[in-house]
Amino acid sequence: MATTTDDLPARHSLGKSMKRKEDPRFIRGKGRYLDDIVLPHMLYLALVHSPYPHARIKSIDKSKALALPGVKAVITGEDLDAAKLEWLPTFHGYDKQMVLAFGKALYQYQEVAGVVATSREIASDGAELVEVEYEPLDPLVTPFQAREDKIILRDDRESKTNHIYHWEVGDKAKAEGELDGSAVRIKERILSPRCHPAPLEPCGVLADMNKATGRLTVYMTSQAPHVHRTAFSLVTGIPEDKIHVISPDVGGGFGNKVPVYPGYVVATVASVIIGVPVKWVESRTENLTTTGFARDYHMDVEIGATKEGKVTALKVSTVADHGAFDAAADPRKYPAGMFGIVTGSYDFPTAFAEVDAYFTNKAPGGIAYRCSFRVTEASFAIERGMDILARKLDMDPVELRRRNFIKKEQFPYPSPLGFVYDSGDYEATTQKALDIIGYDELRKEQAEKRKSGELMGIGVSTFTEIVGAGPGKHFDILGIKMFDSAEIRIHPTGSGIVRAGTRHQGQGHETTWAQIVAEELGLDPQELLVEEGDTDTAPYGLGTYASRSTPVAGGALALAARRIREKGKKIAAHLLEASENDVEWKDYKFNLKGVPGKSVTMKEVAFAAYTNPPPDSEPGLEATYYYDPPNLTFPNGSYIAVVDVDRETGAVIVRRFLAVDDCGVVINPMIVEGQIHGGLTEGFAMAFMQEIAFDESGNNLNTNFTEYLVPTALETPHWETANTVTPSPHHPIGAKGVGESPNVGSPQAFVNAVMDALAPLGITHIDMPLTREKVWRAIRDAEAKVS
Amino acid sequence: MKIAVTVNGERYERDVEPRTLLAYFLREDLGLTGTHVGCDSSSCGCCVVAMDGDRAVKSCTMFAVQADGHEITTVEGLEQGGKLHPLQQAFWDQHGLQCGYCTPGMLMTSYVLLKHQPAPNEAEIREAIAGNLCRCTGYQNIVKAIQQASTELAAEPAAAAVGS
Repeated sequence: MATTTDDLPARHSLGKSMKRKEDPRFIRGKGRYLDDIVLPHMLYLALVHSPYPHARIKSIDKSKALALPGVKAVITGEDLDAAKLEWLPTFHGYDKQMVLAFGKALYQYQEVAGVVATSREIASDGAELVEVEYEPLDPLVTPFQAREDKIILRDDRESKTNHIYHWEVGDKAKAEGELDGSAVRIKERILSPRCHPAPLEPCGVLADMNKATGRLTVYMTSQAPHVHRTAFSLVTGIPEDKIHVISPDVGGGFGNKVPVYPGYVVATVASVIIGVPVKWVESRTENLTTTGFARDYHMDVEIGATKEGKVTALKVSTVADHGAFDAAADPRKYPAGMFGIVTGSYDFPTAFAEVDAYFTNKAPGGIAYRCSFRVTEASFAIERGMDILARKLDMDPVELRRRNFIKKEQFPYPSPLGFVYDSGDYEATTQKALDIIGYDELRKEQAEKRKSGELMGIGVSTFTEIVGAGPGKHFDILGIKMFDSAEIRIHPTGSGIVRAGTRHQGQGHETTWAQIVAEELGLDPQELLVEEGDTDTAPYGLGTYASRSTPVAGGALALAARRIREKGKKIAAHLLEASENDVEWKDYKFNLKGVPGKSVTMKEVAFAAYTNPPPDSEPGLEATYYYDPPNLTFPNGSYIAVVDVDRETGAVIVRRFLAVDDCGVVINPMIVEGQIHGGLTEGFAMAFMQEIAFDESGNNLNTNFTEYLVPTALETPHWETANTVTPSPHHPIGAKGVGESPNVGSPQAFVNAVMDALAPLGITHIDMPLTREKVWRAIRDAEAKVS
Repeated sequence: MKIAVTVNGERYERDVEPRTLLAYFLREDLGLTGTHVGCDSSSCGCCVVAMDGDRAVKSCTMFAVQADGHEITTVEGLEQGGKLHPLQQAFWDQHGLQCGYCTPGMLMTSYVLLKHQPAPNEAEIREAIAGNLCRCTGYQNIVKAIQQASTELAAEPAAAAVGS
């Protein structure tokens, strides 16, 4: 049942807009990011990149670079191959990737060699002096070219095809049969273009091999430090206890800091060989051209419906461009991630989805940018599809959605593509959005404007997300099940330290994790120190991405705290001189049942745990919990965009944007709202300005921030937000996660709004990004057809 | 080359390579790592510092030698006598930061803005910070924070003076 935040009972720490505990260091410029760390005798690594998207490497001459004073080493793929470190396994284990181009360079800017020197400037100078002779080869720029198998990209693989995999889910024959028999049917090719998460802090590493202790310390920009430790151990053979990964303050991640990059490996190899610390920090160009991109899904979306607008079947066939290696960090069982969420918020009787992935001469990646494993692509496909169907039916797009929503009494809802949605009240969330924005009035205004030829559009997106991987029985990384963990130690004076296996990059865990624990224990969240990112001290966890921190680690925190409460109850009984059965936890303290006023606080219990524990009991007060969630969580939202399009220039003004989110129980409304603002801004960027595009020769056209645009404060619209609360029934505190919802839910609201504005011109679909030029050309072509 | 630069009120005399960027001089020679570097094209503004108190400059686009004889204020110079600058306090109060990477540059651009325009409206604020990118916040709370600081500085004008 959806409620508003105001309806929830008063809480101790949960649901409060507590100011962030991490901020005092950031506002003073005292954050400690990767590049801020300086170690004695540290060397610097710079990389040499291929200018060609596809080329045979004929020779590499290191001599001039090595002759430069200050250069300590030049490392090539051949050197790594000799050390058996040239190939890395990809996260799902189905492919491997080169560290340095070896034999062939497979994409423009691919790393070909590394130069280690005494300063960052000398390392860069040295990289300029490495002479590489290339023999250019014809590139594969699109997955459609790759599909023809005229050029085979990967010499190293046994199967001589560019086809990586075919994945499907659902009943193909039934879906196609239903589509054929449908009274109304739409089909549209929809592209979710290649884009890039581009966190403001670039990726980097500082590897420090201490030959005296035999320990390798790796400081790195990591969203998943434990997984990275395990990966480093598996690849290098160094025992895992001899590897210490520290992810310091991370300046934004958005999925870009999940993969392992060649720079990390080369710097580490250099440190192991030379025995001094080696730092590598990438440039913005290196970040945009070589590290984990997002999307690149070409989707054929077909929907069938009755004349009354009841959907009958969905079929989505996707051609995916994975770049030169299949390095998308998907769980093994799900090569196309959670794309099966493509039925969205709608009760499809039957559905079918398939993905065929191909190698191309582009950088690898594919799982990133605030997206829980292909959910952004899926959500875009269904929400665009529903709008196109509404237009074909000549029906209001909100009305069509309402006729097909999964109803609140249908939860838990088994979807035709195999997920069980936990909870939701799509009707209530949507109604709230319509009321706040004044939907009917806007439609009236639009009708008036259309009479005079003005192009005003209203776009809706009533999306459902799928986040919080595990459960471990379905989801893994490198075979490691996707649980997460928490460890809580309460000190004698009632303050404590809280550690988790996640690693925040701006999400505010130092605050929200303290709030969760404080809520469970009745302690002061200001006196609970939260620590993440150090593999020597934090319990093993799978990290922060795919909106999984609150659904998974959040559960672990609550359950670890409840273990503390269990022990605390025994101590409380001892202090109250009562039987444990007569003690209950209520109103954030331990009370003697039936004796008002006879109670002890957790703070008193904590002191007793060290000074006066019950006889024959274990002193101390700490607990650990490894939480493997029973299901994913399914946040939802109803977003409405209102735009005005200038017919003469193609310029789009986003006049209003409202996001009503339902992420279950809210831990900190201020932080949730901040996450939504940020995600909407990224969705806005994808809709209107961002694409990593290539020319027909395979040259990357968007290699820095002057070509790959990030919205500034000037373009960014004013965001309106609201929420409903439908708790997740299986999550320990009812939370669902929110970080990615605004990015998953918003691009289609913008595009639907622009297409709605352009409807009088007969324009059905334009692929993102909707740049001024693209919109202008579409208007001009449409007008030419009419006249 | 020998240069003399006053940073956050303290005079430094240093011998630097001519090609050393001001950002790296501050970060690596002086250890003031609050000034960040986020791009190679002068686009992101993570490196903004104040020069001579009234100019916001991108320190990744300036050589250290160009700062010779000038006064530089970095984010580390905002807090005075253990009291946060109203802008720092406002960014904290209004949740004007998330990952914190753009924050120092954003604070320094705002600091210079309020020197020139003590009471900017929303449009003026958005225009002034358009050279500073933020990937996390969507700018809305940053705008609110600058408005809060503007109000507070108007109430106590002495707080605006830093590093002099």
